[in-house]
Amino acid sequence: MGNVTRASADVQVSPVPQEMTGPRGPKPRTVLSRRNIMIYGTLIMVSLYYMLPLYVMIVTSLKGMPEIRLGNIFSPPVEITFQPWVKAWAEACTGLNCDGLSRGFFNSVRILIPSVLLSIAIASVNGYALANWRFKGSETFFTILIVGAFIPYQVMIYPIVIMLREVGLYGSLTGLVIVHTIFGMPILTLLFRNYFASVPQELFKAARVDGAGFWGIYFRIMVPMSLPIFVVAMILQVTGIWNDFLFGVIYTKPDLYPMTVQLNNIVNSTQGVKEYNVNMAATILTGLVPLTIYFISGKLFVRGIAAGAVKG
Amino acid sequence: MAAATGPARWHRNLSAKIAAIPMITTALVVFIGGTAWTVLYSFTSSKLLPKEKFVGFAQYERLWSSSKWLISIENLAIYGAFSLIFSLLIGFVLAALLDQKIRFEDTFRTLLLYPFALSFIVTGLAWQWILNPDFGIQQVVRNLGWENFSFDPLYNPDIVIYGILIAGLWQGTGLIMCLMLAGLRGIDEDIWKAAKIDGIPMWKTYIFIIIPMMRGIFITAIVLIASGIIKVYDLVVAQTGGGPGIASEVPAKYVYDAMFLSQNLGQGFAASTMMLLTVIVIVVPWAYLEFGGKRRG
Repeated sequence: MGNVTRASADVQVSPVPQEMTGPRGPKPRTVLSRRNIMIYGTLIMVSLYYMLPLYVMIVTSLKGMPEIRLGNIFSPPVEITFQPWVKAWAEACTGLNCDGLSRGFFNSVRILIPSVLLSIAIASVNGYALANWRFKGSETFFTILIVGAFIPYQVMIYPIVIMLREVGLYGSLTGLVIVHTIFGMPILTLLFRNYFASVPQELFKAARVDGAGFWGIYFRIMVPMSLPIFVVAMILQVTGIWNDFLFGVIYTKPDLYPMTVQLNNIVNSTQGVKEYNVNMAATILTGLVPLTIYFISGKLFVRGIAAGAVKG
Repeated sequence: MAAATGPARWHRNLSAKIAAIPMITTALVVFIGGTAWTVLYSFTSSKLLPKEKFVGFAQYERLWSSSKWLISIENLAIYGAFSLIFSLLIGFVLAALLDQKIRFEDTFRTLLLYPFALSFIVTGLAWQWILNPDFGIQQVVRNLGWENFSFDPLYNPDIVIYGILIAGLWQGTGLIMCLMLAGLRGIDEDIWKAAKIDGIPMWKTYIFIIIPMMRGIFITAIVLIASGIIKVYDLVVAQTGGGPGIASEVPAKYVYDAMFLSQNLGQGFAASTMMLLTVIVIVVPWAYLEFGGKRRG
């Protein structure tokens, strides 16, 4: 990647003195060539289109309702007000509760932290066992796990409801944490297995000779050597779990609904006058956590989804 | 589990086996057990609670004569076909543009991929607002002077699924673009030089040389898009709630509604089994081509 970006800078500065300097000569490439206008023009137009919804959401959330009714959704606010944000966070109603999205936010945090930690802990140990301590049948279980990732969730939803009900966890946050751990397992295990498999075997053998066991090698060698992959897994899980709706709505009760579910209930509730500015403020608030992670993590985020996408 | 070939064999690797218990349980109990359970109970007349009264294919007959299910399937087919075509097309074209050694590549990529970080609920609600006929695009264009302009996909049963498609593409094309870009970067520079020497125009090089070379990436992208299509649920819930009427229902929503709203478990099991069947029809040939041949070869 690094040298590609450097190459692109070179091209811009000194126009292509390559091997192809035959009779036709190098094409003079100015900054405003037709080709460049086409490429940049298209990319800028498409980028504007992709930015549009975010822009409209922000603009709407900063207007008062009278202005929304009169104006058009693309115009910037005449009078900026933060009242919709305050209302979305602290006062918006779902059913009988009128304490705003803050409840959903803290529920999501309470779901997110244990889910991310537990799923990564389990999946990394799985990946470690699969990469370094294969036992008879381990590859079979791994195959089942990967095949399982393709099974639609709808097929497994109800059996899990029954299992959780049997152990008294249906409707609790613990139950939802377990569900997230289960459904995060295939992709994370794959991620860790492939990463640990690329750690030099000599290190592992040397540690074995020194008498380190399963857990000793895991904590003293594998984990410290694999911090980047832990960060990638964390990005993957934080965005995935924060954005989840289906599991939240099925495995928790209204008091414990995560932010996405509560957001949908606030915006799509049929009672009362629709306050579009509050709705948009609430929507941005819900999207803020994954967006922040996305913009901070940059290339690691891309790496995470690429790792998630490309199997094997 | 670990077939013991000797008396002392079972406790070899004992720590690893203990550590793998969550994985083994998930694989056997949840993935295999759960799936088998659902398929089995799709042949029962379970209503509010699952019960072992087997009724053959009655649930499936009811399913396929239900107009809500038929509309769901039709929507999924339309959404799926367009989503597949446009995701691949837009994703590839954008990746090809970004691959032209341009400046600000990272900025463009960041702007095109950010919707992927957002949940379907956020995506759906944002587009619900933009497509709102009283305040959104339709009204803006009308205010510009075209009084009769009509663009209200979310309120028109005939085109509602395209309204959802717009939002789905906005959210998902960035991912495909990133995949394609990775694929394009993996192609040897010499191929481009050779094509240039032969005087092959750029678009022809893409279609006849580059795309066939990116077969693997395309297959991954297709599998990814397809598994996303079958899961589509939150987007519909947020954008239309299945409406107007039942015009934008999808199978995943049918399953949820049957299981948790109308206390009709049998229907939910039958519908989810049909979803599983669809996935098998798509994934098995792919898995066979991708892994079956290579391992043995």
